[in-house]
Amino acid sequence: MSENVTTSEPASPEAGQSGTVVRPNLVRRLLKNPLGMAAAVIIGLAVLAAILAPLIATHDPNTASLTDVLIGPGENGHWLGTDSAGRDIYSRLVWGARVTLLSGALAASVGIVLGLPTGLIAGYFGGKFDGVASWLVNVLLSLPGIMVLLAVRAATGPSVWISMIVLGVLFAPGFYRLTRTAVQSVRNELYVDAARVAGLSDARIIARHILSVVRAPVIIQASMVAGLSISIQSALEFLGLGDPLVPTWGAMVGDGFRNIYRQALNLVWPMLALAVIIGGFVLLGNALRDALEDLEKVKAKHRTDTSARGSLGSAPPVEAGTEGILLKVSDLGVGYPQSDGTIKKVVDDVSFEVNRNEVVGIVGESGSGKSQTAFTILGLLPDNAVVTGGSIQFDGNYTVALGDDRVPQSRLVELRGKRISYIPQEPMSNLDPAFTIGSQLVRPMVKVLGISKDEAKQRAIDLLASVGIPDPPRTMAAYPHEVSGGMAQRVLIAGAFSCDPDLIIADEPTTALDVTVQAEVLDVLRELQDRVGLGVVMVTHNFGVVADICDRVVVMQDGRVVEQGAVRQILRDPREQYTKMLLDSTLEDKEPLTRLLVDAGEGSA
Amino acid sequence: MLRMIIRRLVSGVAVLFVVAVITFLMLYISAGDVGRRILGDQASEEAVAAKNTELGLDEPVLERMGDWFSSALRGDFGKSWFTNEPVVDAIMNRLDVTLVMVFVSITIIAVVATVAGITAAVRRGWADRAVQIASIGGSALPGFVIGVVLINFFAVQRGWFPAVSRIVPGASVGDWVNSLTLPIIALVINGAANAAAQIRSAFIKQLEMDYVRTLRSRGISEREILFKHVLRSAAPAGLTVLSLQFIGLLGGVVVIESIFAIAGMGRLAVDATTQGDLPIVMGVVMYTVAIVIIVNLAVDIANGWLNPKVRAR
Repeated sequence: MSENVTTSEPASPEAGQSGTVVRPNLVRRLLKNPLGMAAAVIIGLAVLAAILAPLIATHDPNTASLTDVLIGPGENGHWLGTDSAGRDIYSRLVWGARVTLLSGALAASVGIVLGLPTGLIAGYFGGKFDGVASWLVNVLLSLPGIMVLLAVRAATGPSVWISMIVLGVLFAPGFYRLTRTAVQSVRNELYVDAARVAGLSDARIIARHILSVVRAPVIIQASMVAGLSISIQSALEFLGLGDPLVPTWGAMVGDGFRNIYRQALNLVWPMLALAVIIGGFVLLGNALRDALEDLEKVKAKHRTDTSARGSLGSAPPVEAGTEGILLKVSDLGVGYPQSDGTIKKVVDDVSFEVNRNEVVGIVGESGSGKSQTAFTILGLLPDNAVVTGGSIQFDGNYTVALGDDRVPQSRLVELRGKRISYIPQEPMSNLDPAFTIGSQLVRPMVKVLGISKDEAKQRAIDLLASVGIPDPPRTMAAYPHEVSGGMAQRVLIAGAFSCDPDLIIADEPTTALDVTVQAEVLDVLRELQDRVGLGVVMVTHNFGVVADICDRVVVMQDGRVVEQGAVRQILRDPREQYTKMLLDSTLEDKEPLTRLLVDAGEGSA
Repeated sequence: MLRMIIRRLVSGVAVLFVVAVITFLMLYISAGDVGRRILGDQASEEAVAAKNTELGLDEPVLERMGDWFSSALRGDFGKSWFTNEPVVDAIMNRLDVTLVMVFVSITIIAVVATVAGITAAVRRGWADRAVQIASIGGSALPGFVIGVVLINFFAVQRGWFPAVSRIVPGASVGDWVNSLTLPIIALVINGAANAAAQIRSAFIKQLEMDYVRTLRSRGISEREILFKHVLRSAAPAGLTVLSLQFIGLLGGVVVIESIFAIAGMGRLAVDATTQGDLPIVMGVVMYTVAIVIIVNLAVDIANGWLNPKVRAR
């Protein structure tokens, strides 16, 4: 049994696993954000003013007075003065809130009424409807809003409501696209399939499962659209194209602007009102989005932190007697800070070693911390990850020393690509689609090995041949989308070997491939490894891969090492219940995606 | 690639046609008593009727639409009802100011938004927050409010720039620069704020791609990853953002030209709308949509060229 068996200390409820956290109330989250609170207060006050307009206005907003033209604030009972027709500015502001809010709401509602159902249908059923609707959307998106409103105004005369309906139509594409994308992304999710199998009608599925997905983004979009509509509508009023009998803030700005030399203050009030209310809606949308994202992930910490800490001086010398070990991971911990100030550990107290000419497998379910461990070795963790403890040494030098809370990039930059290289999981997404395969192989060799481009090309061709690619020059000239997944993975393996590394970190290198291709790719990997004699860390969930290629294996669960040892021993005689279950699930050829029902780690340790 | 261009061209012509039909029907079905509006209250019933006949207003709408299309195809968009100036001349005489404003603005927006967006995406931290706050502020303020504030501070109070455009036929370069500085600043503030936020998210999305991590693992430097790979992959999203900003600018100039009294196409549109000069309105709509279609086509071609999947075809 290894020295790192999980103790019986109770793990925190969230450790290592996601998806089990209860979603806190979105509204509460929103109001906790100061900007969200401010936006809510602004819009709340405006709504209040709009409702109470008849009560709190001191004058009739449209009553002109030739004797009280353009007087200053406080005179003759006009709190904010009067405009060029002698109308009370304060009362017009209050009544203007009504038109402003109603017009924003109208445009947003029309946008939703047109965009949401069409987006649902196009996303859910696709087909011809989708084609026609998408073309129409492109037409609408290529029309400048104000120009359309001018044409409508020329045709129908001044009306706030008609122009807001038209504006709603112009904003419908935003809602349409949002809904369509959201629906397409969940359409083939398991739970929707399950509902379909259970015999629910399409309408029920849309109502129950799909509307809940689009609700939040649509609300955010509606908030933005309301702000934008008010902005555009007030521009029309400002130009004098609105209904003169309806008091609006835009028209008030226009009046103030025309009398800018006589009473400049008249400009300030309506502009302030507009800026505040539009800002309110935009802030509300932003705060809603933040609140929503907060629920899903914690905001990334600043990268500046990483570079600052990473550039700290040199690491202390390693413990005597361990210089010869290629890779030594000791008591490593990695975590992600949460919004409540705690750190969620995804790797905890992990120790293992890799020697030259040795393949070590790290096995575990998704969420076990195996990939996080691999990325820590490479120094390629996401920005917000922190090292919570332990150290990593590579060939006699620390890459992560005790006390480092980030992976120091200055040390890894010297090693990555040169002595430590990486084979990713998903072949297609790991090649840059905009560059040829050849250039993506040649460039690192030129850079790292300092050889000429022609030499690198020749080397790349040899490498591609050695990973079993039939026509290397043709593959070199191809773009990633022109080759198969198996080919792309061979290219990535060739890339990993291209600069003569001492250690290769392979992150599930065969998972994304067809079963037949998997075996071939593993063969290629094993053969190259044998020939060059380097160390390999093989991250996988599959004991088949372990049996095939590894010398030793480390079993991980919930960020901790459950047991480790020689492959033969672990396969024949797993000590831990958890290892047995992993072995069984491999035999059934299933990927254990979720936490197993019986929690082996806690029970038997 | 060629097929894509042809398809887009055909689609563009179709859009132009559809927009023309809808706009024409909308404008002319409800045109009302145009003769009376042109001749004023004093004119006799007979004169008004004669005017309506002269303008062809007693013919059925569809027939008039046919006439309009057949002359439009020959480059004749009719004459202004109020000034008798040919629509094409009226627009062409004012198009240059508008296009100068729009193109200078979009160029500045492209530079400012790209630099700010990339800085925010790459450096995160305070730079990111500054860009985000600035872009919320800049896009929340309506363009005309920005214009009015600029005029008030820099033209009315300080007198550094003219409050009313000095651009007339034969105006000097200095007059152009002086007259267009504030309007272009007003247009840029709105557009750059908006575009910066979107370019920022396009960059962040690319920076989080798997291939970026793999490039790092191969020993490629951050600078090279950023300027060779990420910039290239984020460019299509950036171009699309800018093409939408361009459409927004064509709307923005309508307001800005009115504020700064610039005799451009936007001002023409507002005046024609106020008067009910339908041939001019129709012409401005067609010109605007045509410009948008051309720019969108150019963006599509650029995006196609950037994307090897499209380029190959």
